[in-house]
Amino acid sequence: MTATVAGDTSTSARPTAPAVLEVHDLAVVLGGRPVLKDVRLAVAEGELLGLVGPNGAGKTTLLRAVLGLVPSSGRISIAGQDVHRGRKRTRSASVTRSIGYVPQRHEFAWDFPVTVEEAVLTGRVTRIGWLRGARTEDYREVRRALDRVEMTHLRKRPVGELSGGQRQRVLVARALALDPRILLLDEPFTGLDVPTQEHLTELFRELADEERAVIMTNHDLVGAVHACDRLCLLNRTVVASGTPAELAGPEPWMRAFGVSAGSPLLTAIAQVAQGRTTDSSAGGERS
Amino acid sequence: MISPVDFVNDLLNPDLAFLPKALLMAVLSSVVCGVVGTHVVLRGMAFIGDAVAHAVFPGLAIAFVLQGSLVLGGAIAGITTALLVALFSQNRRLREDSVIGVFFVAAFALGIVIISAAPGYAGSLQDFLFGSIVGIPDENVLIAVIVGLVLMAVLFAFHKELVAVSLDRETSRALGLPVMRLDLLLYVVVAAAIVISVQTIGNVLVLALLVTPAAAARFLTDRLGPMMLLGPTIGGGSALVGLYLSWSLDLPVGGTIVLVATAVFLLAWLLAPRHGVLTRALVRRDDEPERAASPVTAPQPR
Repeated sequence: MTATVAGDTSTSARPTAPAVLEVHDLAVVLGGRPVLKDVRLAVAEGELLGLVGPNGAGKTTLLRAVLGLVPSSGRISIAGQDVHRGRKRTRSASVTRSIGYVPQRHEFAWDFPVTVEEAVLTGRVTRIGWLRGARTEDYREVRRALDRVEMTHLRKRPVGELSGGQRQRVLVARALALDPRILLLDEPFTGLDVPTQEHLTELFRELADEERAVIMTNHDLVGAVHACDRLCLLNRTVVASGTPAELAGPEPWMRAFGVSAGSPLLTAIAQVAQGRTTDSSAGGERS
Repeated sequence: MISPVDFVNDLLNPDLAFLPKALLMAVLSSVVCGVVGTHVVLRGMAFIGDAVAHAVFPGLAIAFVLQGSLVLGGAIAGITTALLVALFSQNRRLREDSVIGVFFVAAFALGIVIISAAPGYAGSLQDFLFGSIVGIPDENVLIAVIVGLVLMAVLFAFHKELVAVSLDRETSRALGLPVMRLDLLLYVVVAAAIVISVQTIGNVLVLALLVTPAAAARFLTDRLGPMMLLGPTIGGGSALVGLYLSWSLDLPVGGTIVLVATAVFLLAWLLAPRHGVLTRALVRRDDEPERAASPVTAPQPR
């Protein structure tokens, strides 16, 4: 297996930890239309990767392909196990459990009469198994996940009464209930105000620091440049990827988003990326 | 109008043996539908329930013409339609409600054509559509009891999986749950609940047993467990009161039961402890500011 990853403009700042998620030559065709092709991606534990791209670039489709929810061709390996070679699907329970999925908030039925705790417990439904009830261990893991996202005090509250940021935390806790090594977050910031986004960014940062690979799709480019260790610019394929400092120049963004050189977006990105370079030289590595 | 005491006397009168049987059937159907209906209401499956209810009709009609078992005929037709809807709705080009609309009207039309070919159909047609408390064979009562118990056991056994799918289909699929098979299971359960209820309540009104008690229960609680107890309690109570009123005032039984359940629903809508319209109007002044319904305008920082 090759350790280096193509489709990558950067040569420096390769993650030193081995990749826990690797995607090679991934292609997805939906309804006869190619949505993704030649996607190559590697994410290591401890890394917070931002997946950015214009609408329809295939960000959500990439996450769904990794989860095995859409048919795809190519190779996906999770925690060293090949789960997907060609079109054949082999997905063991241990592989399923090593990925936590946090879908967009509208995928969840918030009007359903369950409490926060019960909602998080559904994350362990396949772990508990058919015809069985939850055991002490399951409740302990739920408690741990709720502690982790600081929602323990609200565990008895009906999910319908939560704010947007709290709802996002419940979905993260549900994914954490299996203690996955990889966390896939689909547009976690959509519809949230800036302070809430910042609190959640802190949480995602901490989750990555706990030896998890955290991958999130993000509409807010400036926020992604600010928060992520590495960015992957996606538009049907990986246009560019690298640290924010490496992507400070306008060229990859112009290619991925099809904006002109004078776009104010580019100026904003350059400024934030510049700021991050200064941060890391002054403050050193976070960990 | 007869008093409740006279009603009890009638129930015990051996000459009126059909009456306790009808009561048992009405209460049993309502209780089973109340539990099944919780899933129907929470998933927004009311229209599917309607489709299955109507689709049972051609099965009943064929069984009637052939002098076969009504329960079996209804079950075959209802479950077939439920499976067809589930399969066709996997195709995203056509929305589920259109698929359902096509199938249930077609099934109902087929039923009407078949039964009109049978001699003396007018009376039977009315019984099928609006329910009847006389002429329920003992074996059907037994079948209904057994089917009801099996349905409760199935819902109990697959409770956490059904809830997980209702909450979030995509994530359930990602976790490895067989989402489509669980959908089919729920459709079959809905179809079976309708089949055992249709003789007493009638084909047109059986949907109310599935939806109304569970919807009323939703107003009264924010917890799933209590909702699954309140739904059948409201349904069973409505069946008891409805049958009494129907018997004593000589009203059609299905219609009376449904109207009683609807009255409970309206009361719950007005007076529910936390979500009732009147309750909220009364406590609005001193209660905390209303929580944001939409995440976009959520006031809290996290």
